[in-house]
Amino acid sequence: MSAVLPPEGSVDLEPSPPGGGQGGGAVAPTQAPTPALTQRGRGTSLLTGKGWSAFIIVLIAVCAVAPLLNLVVPQGSVFHMSDYAVALVGKIMCYAICALAMDLIWGYTGILSLGHGLFFALGGYAMGMYLMRQIGREGNYKSDLPDFMVFLDWKALPWHWALSDSFIATLIFVVAVPGLVAFVFGYFAFRSRIKGVYFSIITQAMTFAAMLLFFRNETGFGGNNGFTDFKRILGIPIATPSMRMVLFVLTGLTLLGFFLFARWLIASKFGRVLQAIRDAESRVMFSGYNPLGYKLTIWTISAIMCGVAGALYVPQVGIINPSEMSPANSIEIAIWAAVGGRATLVGPIAGAFIVNGAKSWLTVTHPEFWLYFLGALFIAVTLFLPDGVVGLVKQLKGGSK
Amino acid sequence: MASGETDARIEALNRAVAAADDKTAAFIQALADDAVKFAGDKVLLIRDGKGYDPVTGAESVVPESAEDVINNNRMRGELDLALAVLKLFSNDDKVRSEAIKALQSETDEARLPLIDKALAAETVPLLLEQLGLVRAAIWLNSADRVKRLEAARLLARSNSGNTKTALLERLKTETESDVRAALEGSLRTVEASLAWGDKLGAIFSGISLGSILLLVALGLAITYGLMGVINMAHGELMMIGAYATYVVQGLFQKYLPGAFDWYLVAAVPASFLASALMGAALERSVIRFLYGRPLETLLATWGISLMLQQLVRSIFGAQNVGVENPSWMSGGVQLMGNLQLPWNRIVIIGFAAAVLLAMAWLIGRTRLGLFVRGVTQNRPIASCMGVNTARIDTYAFALGSGIAGLAGCTLSQVGNVGPDLGQGYIVDAFMVVVLGGVGQLAGTVYAALGLGILNKFLEGWTGAVLAKIAVLVFIIVFIQKRPQGIFAMKGRSAEA
Repeated sequence: MSAVLPPEGSVDLEPSPPGGGQGGGAVAPTQAPTPALTQRGRGTSLLTGKGWSAFIIVLIAVCAVAPLLNLVVPQGSVFHMSDYAVALVGKIMCYAICALAMDLIWGYTGILSLGHGLFFALGGYAMGMYLMRQIGREGNYKSDLPDFMVFLDWKALPWHWALSDSFIATLIFVVAVPGLVAFVFGYFAFRSRIKGVYFSIITQAMTFAAMLLFFRNETGFGGNNGFTDFKRILGIPIATPSMRMVLFVLTGLTLLGFFLFARWLIASKFGRVLQAIRDAESRVMFSGYNPLGYKLTIWTISAIMCGVAGALYVPQVGIINPSEMSPANSIEIAIWAAVGGRATLVGPIAGAFIVNGAKSWLTVTHPEFWLYFLGALFIAVTLFLPDGVVGLVKQLKGGSK
Repeated sequence: MASGETDARIEALNRAVAAADDKTAAFIQALADDAVKFAGDKVLLIRDGKGYDPVTGAESVVPESAEDVINNNRMRGELDLALAVLKLFSNDDKVRSEAIKALQSETDEARLPLIDKALAAETVPLLLEQLGLVRAAIWLNSADRVKRLEAARLLARSNSGNTKTALLERLKTETESDVRAALEGSLRTVEASLAWGDKLGAIFSGISLGSILLLVALGLAITYGLMGVINMAHGELMMIGAYATYVVQGLFQKYLPGAFDWYLVAAVPASFLASALMGAALERSVIRFLYGRPLETLLATWGISLMLQQLVRSIFGAQNVGVENPSWMSGGVQLMGNLQLPWNRIVIIGFAAAVLLAMAWLIGRTRLGLFVRGVTQNRPIASCMGVNTARIDTYAFALGSGIAGLAGCTLSQVGNVGPDLGQGYIVDAFMVVVLGGVGQLAGTVYAALGLGILNKFLEGWTGAVLAKIAVLVFIIVFIQKRPQGIFAMKGRSAEA
């Protein structure tokens, strides 16, 4: 692992070694749990002793070290973590949640979704609606309505904005809307036993259709421009360093929580059936299981995770628009998981950090090379690294032993 | 006629038209072309910088003080109409037909004597009928009740939007009840025929969109349908075809400007070859290592598509480039009053049909097609029979890519050519192949045309974006019902 991470940490957060350490921390548990995955049949605890200690180190890094370095350590110090680094790592942690969700459905169940960007955006839009209402009368037009509605000459909020000023309702929507969409779509798709590439292609059609829908002004979600110019959340100004840190810590905790949850899920009997479906669905059926319920459950869970990631992403990045739903974005989620290593839980998280770290570095220094790099990454990973970076590390370690 | 108040000039013009000969026609044409000058009471036609006397045709010197004749818009309109009336007596069928078209919105009864005269002289039945309609439209506002009745009756045969407006106008002011009834009857007939025109127009543009979809999807039908390779870079292979067309166009502009109209003839094979070569290279270098792993193929080809896009951006720039239609593809065929079929669309439909036939022949009748089908159906057995399966894979993939290039060449004639040309069509293309049923050429054809027509009809009804969404939702729902597409291969596999 250590062979891979330092360059990633240093590209990603050049001025701040702690950030690098932080990125390394997030990935460190690989060393413990991956061998455990193969050796341990049905373990009693979620992680091994080494795994737990790594997990706790990451937890401390996210909850204590990062805030301390960002807020307390003075700006000039080498140990200061810049606001840019906080924003970047926070954003990538949201992506990592998506990659984790993608791993559950693709790595463990063998269903490649090319529509996860939709769930991410739905969660983001649900949160964005609340943030738009929080602007209140401070928009350009000094109206109770969000600016884009005034611009479109609407007199009242459309029906689907009804509960958007309540934070509780928003939290419910963040989970319920992507969950419901995924459930309905998944129910019909899995019931008629659509699988493999067919499923991938219709999920792509789904997110493409949704993107077209959200691009229309009449849909009531700000059309092209989406939502932006957020002012506050729960009445507290959103752009202060402390608020950013709160969101950062929240995102980190969510990521770690989902990691533990996924760990528990795949080790459970439910998770074993999922993997059996991935490897030989017909045999699972012949053994008396109906895969529908299993696939549908993991599909919905995965969508909800993406929705939550989207909801955490929007207040940190400050904008949400329909291009988040473009098919390209959804495919990128798949490549994060593939780069890190499918069917390992740490892999996708590492993959999200590697790919997005490289992205934020390359698009600044060599913008014209970014697409070449990403394209080459797609090809190289599928051709040479079917098990991703984690697989490579495992192989290297095995070789040295 | 050349100078003075507009009203006086129009009156003079009309009198001149009523007693017209060739010289008057030439003079009016010159007036319309701003080629008349006058000095005092002397009027001169200007041709090639020399002055001519309009009556005798003798050459004369243009005085220094000669002024241009100024025509305002009203005068211009009158001049055009006068010319049209005069052209009714031309010996050329085409000129007469154009003149009739120009007169369609005419309602002035002063024109009647001339139109009657033209009617008497007309021999071509189609023009005779059209001219009759023009006369009927003028009669519509006649003071004579019988003529109005006759006009209302006659106009039912027309199918132009102008007639509908004229009938509606007259209905507003008409007082006689029997004329009203005749007017209303005709109006209904005209409206019905207009509606037909609209419907046929929608069907035509649907077929036209369908033929484009077909071209886009045909290549995929080979690479995905027959070979099972999910090629997300298909759109970029189309883009390469479009850029090949652009390059050929540039070469013609530079070295063969005289033959520019025929650059497309060279661009078709060029775009095929460019994309086919690229396809063969991709197959040899990447795709062959991924056979049997569809999801990995999907990701790898997506990566290829990103790289190709960036490559084109680096070479040609991120902006769209301009590809011009050759002149023989502009314009169109006027079928009905409100139905015009543009030539470029007709050419594309014909081209799509030709490509389809060529491909059906290639797959169904040639040795290469036999091998491709054999390898698809049973690779090991085909290999045992001495077929070089790896080479056949390359050929088949190159063929599919080449057809994508042809699709790109076609798209360059109807839309923008830019680095993200392919992105817009890739989802549609997969929809067509999936809907039609994998491995089924006939299914692909039906699905492409069906989707094209469905899309255009919905577009007329709900607008373009909603139509697109509705079509996508339709496909998603349809696949739930028939996961194997319209033409499913029958089998008893548990995996199906």
